[in-house]
Amino acid sequence: MSIVEFKKVTKRFGQVTILDQVDLSIEPGEKVVLIGPSGSGKSTLLRCINALEEINGGDLVVDGISVKAGGRMVRLIRQEAGMVFQQFNLFPQMTALENVAFGPRRVRGESHQDARKQALEMLGKVGLADRAHHYPSELSGGQQQRVAIARALAVKPKLMLFDEPTSALDPELRHEVLRVMQALAEEGMTMIVVTHEMAFARKVGTRLIFMEGGKIAVDGEPRELLANPQNPRLKEFLQHVV
Amino acid sequence: MDFEWSVIWQALPELLKGARLTVLIALAGLAGGLLIGFAAGLARAYGNAVLNAIAFAYVEIIRGTPIIVQVMFIYFALPILANVRIYPLAAAIMAIIVNAGAYIAEIVRGSFLSVHRGLREAGLALGLPLWKVLLYIIGPLAFRRMIPALGNQFIVSLKDTSLFIVIGVGELTRQGQEIMAANFRAVEIWSAVAMFYLIMTGALTLILRMTEKRMRIL
Ligand SMILES: Nc1ncnc2c1ncn2[C@@H]1O[C@H](COP(=O)(O)OP(=O)(O)OP(=O)(O)O)[C@@H](O)[C@H]1O
Ligand SMILES: [Mg+2]
Repeated sequence: MSIVEFKKVTKRFGQVTILDQVDLSIEPGEKVVLIGPSGSGKSTLLRCINALEEINGGDLVVDGISVKAGGRMVRLIRQEAGMVFQQFNLFPQMTALENVAFGPRRVRGESHQDARKQALEMLGKVGLADRAHHYPSELSGGQQQRVAIARALAVKPKLMLFDEPTSALDPELRHEVLRVMQALAEEGMTMIVVTHEMAFARKVGTRLIFMEGGKIAVDGEPRELLANPQNPRLKEFLQHVV
Repeated sequence: MDFEWSVIWQALPELLKGARLTVLIALAGLAGGLLIGFAAGLARAYGNAVLNAIAFAYVEIIRGTPIIVQVMFIYFALPILANVRIYPLAAAIMAIIVNAGAYIAEIVRGSFLSVHRGLREAGLALGLPLWKVLLYIIGPLAFRRMIPALGNQFIVSLKDTSLFIVIGVGELTRQGQEIMAANFRAVEIWSAVAMFYLIMTGALTLILRMTEKRMRIL
């Protein structure tokens, strides 16, 4: 069974159609890399999956639950679909450890002790065990993004959504975040990643989707598509990003 | 003229009694005002259309009318409309509650909405209901930002209690007025009354400064 299934999903902001009858199935274990020009609807597509945006038409089923089911059901979807934002969005009043322990404690309802233990484990996984007691303002961008990844993972999602996780970072800080993401992929996590990092798409991606004007224009195997793009718009796009 | 310290000395017990009442009205009024202010402010920021409209109407009605009219309404008009008896002290406290509540609502709304919306999304994306996001994430950040504005409102409300002289509540200003009517020592009495207000507002300012220092604004 697909873990994410778009069925003729339409999303509008006012009069403008951002997603135009999108059909898309994603199976567990896939690493989908989402690319496309600015404004093509990549972020919107991602944010529809965890219902941060409401869809206007069609249906979208995540791990067996429709995003239209509302309230408690939508919160279940969000617990299964962790999200990492371009701007990290760490909680500034909490240390790295408190940020990561927040999900287990307040979402999963675990004890203070257990939540802390899991948070330390997660921080270790992203290589930041020694920064546990630092506040976000005391961490570099790359470290903040790794904490954000740990925070999402601590809720134990089945699926991870990344919206340009390295775009706000200096080039020399990107690889540390990409390495963590690659390790996560190797563990078998299902991932949907909006990114301009073509090397990552080639190395980690199992599927590449090129969006244009709210539609999926190309959908295929990353290495093939990147080596030999048939779609002229994709070809042009790739010349600009590399 | 000469300044008679003994006049102040003799008036002290009465003035202290008035000051105590002033503090009581301000404290009770502001506690209620905070409650109503948070409720109305959050309704404005996050409530559905109905709650939002109710809170909006409340804030606009209170901000658009003088507090002295509000207390007159509560003390003289409400008993007729609702057929209840309202004591001056109760009317005074109610007036501070509804008045401060409206201003605090705006402070609360503004400071919650000033918190970067990405944090709200990050909280929701973890699978929390909105109220928990507000309680654990946005609230603590917003609270730090509202302290200066809240402090200002506390001081304004404390001084507003002096207007309740019009309904005969024996607060500080009223006590001063009564003593003065008996001994005609305007200079001494009004100086003393002013000092009392300064001490109270000064103490408030000090407490707020200390609270603010303890919390980093994030
Ligand atoms: N909240 C909103 N209200 C109105 N329009 C919006 C909103 N969010 C996005 N849009 C519009 O929807 C379109 C698609 O936005 P989206 O963020 O999904 O694009 P994107 O492919 O992620 O672009 P980018 O590469 O710049 O991040 C854009 O034209 C944008 O202006
Ligand atoms: Mg985007």
